[in-house]
Amino acid sequence: MSDNLHLAIPLYAQVINLLAAILLLLSFAMLAQRRILSLINLFMAQGMVLFASTAVVAAATDQHHLYWSALITLVLKVFLLPWILHRLIRRLNVKWDVETLINIPTTMMIGLVLVIFSFNLALPISELAGTITRSTLGIAMAAVMLAFLMMITRSKAVPQVIGFLAMENGLFFAATSATYGMPMVVELGIALDVLVGMVILGVFFFQIREQFDSLDIRHMEKLKDD
Amino acid sequence: MSTASSVLLQFLELITALIAAPLLTGWVNQCRAWLGNRSAPPLTQFYRQLAKLFEKEVVLAGNASSLFRAAPYIIFACMVLASTIVPTLSTDLPFGPAADAIALVGIFALARVFTALAGMDIGTAFGTLGARREMLIGFLAEPALLMVFFTTSLISQSTSLSTIVETLGQREFAIYPSLAFAGVAFTMVSLAENARIPVDNPTTHLELTMIHEAMILEYSGRHLALIEWAAALKLYAYSCLGLALFFPWGIPEGTGIFNLLVALPSLAFKLAIGGFLLAAIETVSAKLRIFRAPEFLGTAFILSVLAMLVHLLLEAPK
Repeated sequence: MSDNLHLAIPLYAQVINLLAAILLLLSFAMLAQRRILSLINLFMAQGMVLFASTAVVAAATDQHHLYWSALITLVLKVFLLPWILHRLIRRLNVKWDVETLINIPTTMMIGLVLVIFSFNLALPISELAGTITRSTLGIAMAAVMLAFLMMITRSKAVPQVIGFLAMENGLFFAATSATYGMPMVVELGIALDVLVGMVILGVFFFQIREQFDSLDIRHMEKLKDD
Repeated sequence: MSTASSVLLQFLELITALIAAPLLTGWVNQCRAWLGNRSAPPLTQFYRQLAKLFEKEVVLAGNASSLFRAAPYIIFACMVLASTIVPTLSTDLPFGPAADAIALVGIFALARVFTALAGMDIGTAFGTLGARREMLIGFLAEPALLMVFFTTSLISQSTSLSTIVETLGQREFAIYPSLAFAGVAFTMVSLAENARIPVDNPTTHLELTMIHEAMILEYSGRHLALIEWAAALKLYAYSCLGLALFFPWGIPEGTGIFNLLVALPSLAFKLAIGGFLLAAIETVSAKLRIFRAPEFLGTAFILSVLAMLVHLLLEAPK
């Protein structure tokens, strides 16, 4: 009975598994979070975990280009994007109001179902993959799904954008766990896209608020003035 | 396996539980007082309180039924049984096969049902209010506790507590994310189950905010003493359970006298640290509104389910 405890998992794979588990936990924490400020801090923590896991994978598999993607993650997702977001919410003066469309325990339950779904979905795919990190593919998919759920259940613009960024985090983690990362050109392109998208969305925030006096995007569903 | 010595050990474990439970509660109260910058009551305060209550006469309400008189004994018996099942000094216990982890949850539930029934028996408003709140907390905490047990059972392929502790204690060092999640979930559940601060305040005097205290307001004399002792035993059982599941080092398998010399100090040491941490958690956190308690326990449930899923995905042998 104690035989199956002797898992033949090397230490770095264990560390990656642990980081993947923390990533999943952070995704849930973001789903449950009411305040925008903590949401940004959680997003920063997620970037930190992503950086650590990419660096560990790079060290374990001797893939040098992964060091570069780890570095890009660190600069972009731990420092630059949270800094832009912090500045934005200070300028927009929205620190507190996160309004969810469904109440939080229900959202968490839906999230749990999504996690089970994506674990099952990833199981046959990870059988095919030959990487050491293949078992974390399910968690990467779950992180994408949870971020997606967060985008759906939030009605304000800023949490939706954070959900979008968290989704990109999940995709990046999926790429690392399934194939040891994407080619450098693709990665640089995505990083730049996210950055430019963030800047454009930042301008959008101000436009939306100017037009509707609030960041609630449900106002945009009305097509004519009444 | 020598039966005589394991029976002796079982007896010793029972005695240790009865003596150490008030000490643990006293230690937690002392730490709370220190952290709150108050002068602390002596460690033996709880014994004195019990002695005082046992001497006092029992005052019963006019419409108290026999259930009201029987409930303290049933609750106390449940807690004594629970603390003999949890492996603290050895994993080789004669009572071990009598009840596994799931039956243990059942024993706690039995005690809770009787506390709630006794609370409603007299018919006062506060008793009923406390009973309802207790059942709300209980029905949310129980699935989370069961999920924690299922996770540890999946790891060790058994629901018997002795086997779980043996397997977890013997494993070679490996990082188990699932156990970390389950540990956090277990801590949250035991805070709620033992009427500790984020959910209930054990030292409150304000009836409107009470949960556990509201149910036992009508008790006096030796009945109250038994209930207070049972509450201390419950805290002891939960602490030992947490230590046995998540920090199983130092619990020997054999029954020799030398093993006991290792087991007793390590248990005392772990309980002292656990008690201090409990007091620290209680000092830094504020009591939740009662309607936030479902969210707190829902988080515990989600964590425990995640623990199981993460175990199945990452740690299950391929």
